[in-house]
Amino acid sequence: MADFFHTLGAPIRWIVETFLWLPEPFQYLLYIVALVLAIILPLLLAVAMLVYAERKIWAAMQMRRGPNVVGPFGLLQSFADGLKLFLKETVVPSGANKGIFLLAPVVTFSLALVAWAVIPFDAKLVLADLNVGVLYVFAISSLGVYGILMAGWASNSRYALLAAVRSAAQMVSYEVSIGFVLVTVMVWVGSLNLSDIVEAQAGGFWNWHIFSHLPMAVIFFISALAETNRTPFDLPEAEAELVAGYQVEYSSMAFALFWLGEYANIILMCALTSLLFFGGWHSPIPGFMETIPFTDWSAGWLWFFWKIFAFFFLFGWIKATLPRYRYDQLMRLGWKVFLPISLFAVVFYAGLALALGKI
Amino acid sequence: MAEVEINSYTLNLGPQHPATHGVLRMILDLDGEVIERVDPHIGLLHRGTEKLIEYKTYLQALPYFDRLDYVAPMNQEHAFALATEKLLGCEVPERGQYIRVLYCEIGRILNHLLNITTHAMDVGAMTPVLWGFEEREKLMVFYERASGARLHAAYFRPGGVHQDLPDGLTDDIMAWTESFPQVLKDIETLVLENRIFKQRLVDIAVTTAEEALAWGFSGPMLRASGLAWDLRKSQPYEVYDRMDFDIPIGKHGDCYARFVLRLEEMRQSLRIIRQSIEEMPGGEVTSLDPKISPPKRAEMKHSMEALINHFKLYTEGYHVPEGEVYAAVEAPKGEFGVYLISDGSNKPYRCKIRAPGFAHLQASESLMKGHMLADAPAIIGAIDIVFGEVDR
Repeated sequence: MADFFHTLGAPIRWIVETFLWLPEPFQYLLYIVALVLAIILPLLLAVAMLVYAERKIWAAMQMRRGPNVVGPFGLLQSFADGLKLFLKETVVPSGANKGIFLLAPVVTFSLALVAWAVIPFDAKLVLADLNVGVLYVFAISSLGVYGILMAGWASNSRYALLAAVRSAAQMVSYEVSIGFVLVTVMVWVGSLNLSDIVEAQAGGFWNWHIFSHLPMAVIFFISALAETNRTPFDLPEAEAELVAGYQVEYSSMAFALFWLGEYANIILMCALTSLLFFGGWHSPIPGFMETIPFTDWSAGWLWFFWKIFAFFFLFGWIKATLPRYRYDQLMRLGWKVFLPISLFAVVFYAGLALALGKI
Repeated sequence: MAEVEINSYTLNLGPQHPATHGVLRMILDLDGEVIERVDPHIGLLHRGTEKLIEYKTYLQALPYFDRLDYVAPMNQEHAFALATEKLLGCEVPERGQYIRVLYCEIGRILNHLLNITTHAMDVGAMTPVLWGFEEREKLMVFYERASGARLHAAYFRPGGVHQDLPDGLTDDIMAWTESFPQVLKDIETLVLENRIFKQRLVDIAVTTAEEALAWGFSGPMLRASGLAWDLRKSQPYEVYDRMDFDIPIGKHGDCYARFVLRLEEMRQSLRIIRQSIEEMPGGEVTSLDPKISPPKRAEMKHSMEALINHFKLYTEGYHVPEGEVYAAVEAPKGEFGVYLISDGSNKPYRCKIRAPGFAHLQASESLMKGHMLADAPAIIGAIDIVFGEVDR
């Protein structure tokens, strides 16, 4: 924790020291709040900029320009969109269950943020270094389905309800295979701590789990697409049949919260992919760019960022390229293809770990 | 245990829905995700075109046809022009016929390009539609250069076409036919062999040849079921009998066959376009009969009679001999027919329009029943409906 504090540098330290006159528990509370903000604010900024980046990526693939009006190169587009949504009226449909209707985006948004607590950005740069970090992330992302279910149920719309039912089934199905993929990695490393999992991949890209766990990494990434409701698994918001799915009745900030939560989740899944299989904050070649040039600051978080961005690009690329699965095909893929493979893999990797003396 | 009756889930799809290609409204009864009953409601774009035509002169009636299937306007005009010409018994000069063939095929590509790309979008692929619209834009410009309008051309008129093509247009169209196959290929590589795309379209809404005939299908919907029926070959109009082209047919009659068939039809259209440009003779583009065609503008500057003639043609119009006639063209969506009854006056007594989309839409329940909700947009995309012509 102290390392994180030092890394954040003088400004936060100064702010915290201003409050040293407060009683001890309050100081600690402030300290935690400062740390949380230090993660959430850059994260939300990253969401805004990544949405812009994604729109530019799609535009390039579709031979058009993409956002280019607001700010230089359209860089401020996301902020303009955010401001627009902020100024709109929140319409609650008649017959909707108002409380649940308004709670749903809050649930989605906060769950998407909460999961970031255990993501290590660099060696020791993590808010909560839980020894069950993987389980924590897994639990939080499972809870994510509640936001969608609540939204679909409370909207009093047939489209939204159908989308929520689809989404619940989809997320639950793919969580099963995600779970087994995580088990293979946990068995291999012998730890549930995300930092430990990354440390196990230190010493060059040949140590990354992508090579020992290639099929698992593929299954994980595809399941991550399904988990975040992205193409080709974007059935819950399939605009061709369900218009906008569970968010069809949402407007204004309630919609924006869904939108932010969705993207925070996507980045989270990209982050998990790089943590579990691509060496997290480690440079691919030992000694290469491990510190920021001309300084002795660690460049780990930058490596981590670029890895996240690479997967985010892949998300965007897939969305621009692939059609959408049908509901039954999606279920078939989840239960009849991924589940048997990952179940087998659990046995296989456990056996291999035993044979290699890892357990 | 008491028996519990579970009502099916009724979903109102449309009329304001992104996937219903306009203003189709469908009441779907769902059992889970499976469609049990489809009740298409039409008429939300009904403008009374057929009745309006009864109150217009033949020339004034023509632009209504642009507004039927607004995706390929000139093909519709063509049917009306042919019907009127049959009643009048007038001949279209050869150059006029070639220009008509050229623009009919451009219209076919306009239509299929819109259809296959939006069809891909209905199953979730969002990129082809943007690639396709780039090319459609170029075709719109060709429309504009010939007729002055991008959409509502009013270019094919009884007697021929409104005016000759401007200089250089045929060269540009020719150059475009060279570059266009690459775009088709790009779209193909993106979706055609894609596993998800195939899973979404293969074996969806299979129609046998008998069923297709029984429902009154025509055009690609019929050919996808394996019947090589194309009015351009079976009863050639204009100069189609001089063109060398093939009629692609499908084998399975499913949505995938329809998709691939339309792609291939665009290639055949390109062949026809090239031939019609290469073989296009010089001369007049419209009938010289002063009773039908207006005098030349230059003539009107010094001839009183020409001016009067022009005035009479554009106010009273021409009187069409008594009789009734059915003229049909192979429009991009299928057989587009006009049944025209003339009572000898300057206005049609009755004009019945046979729109292919209407016949295709009536089969929607038999096509969709038993499929899943997500297939409904895919099937609507495949039957290629435009509400301008269904509702009329």
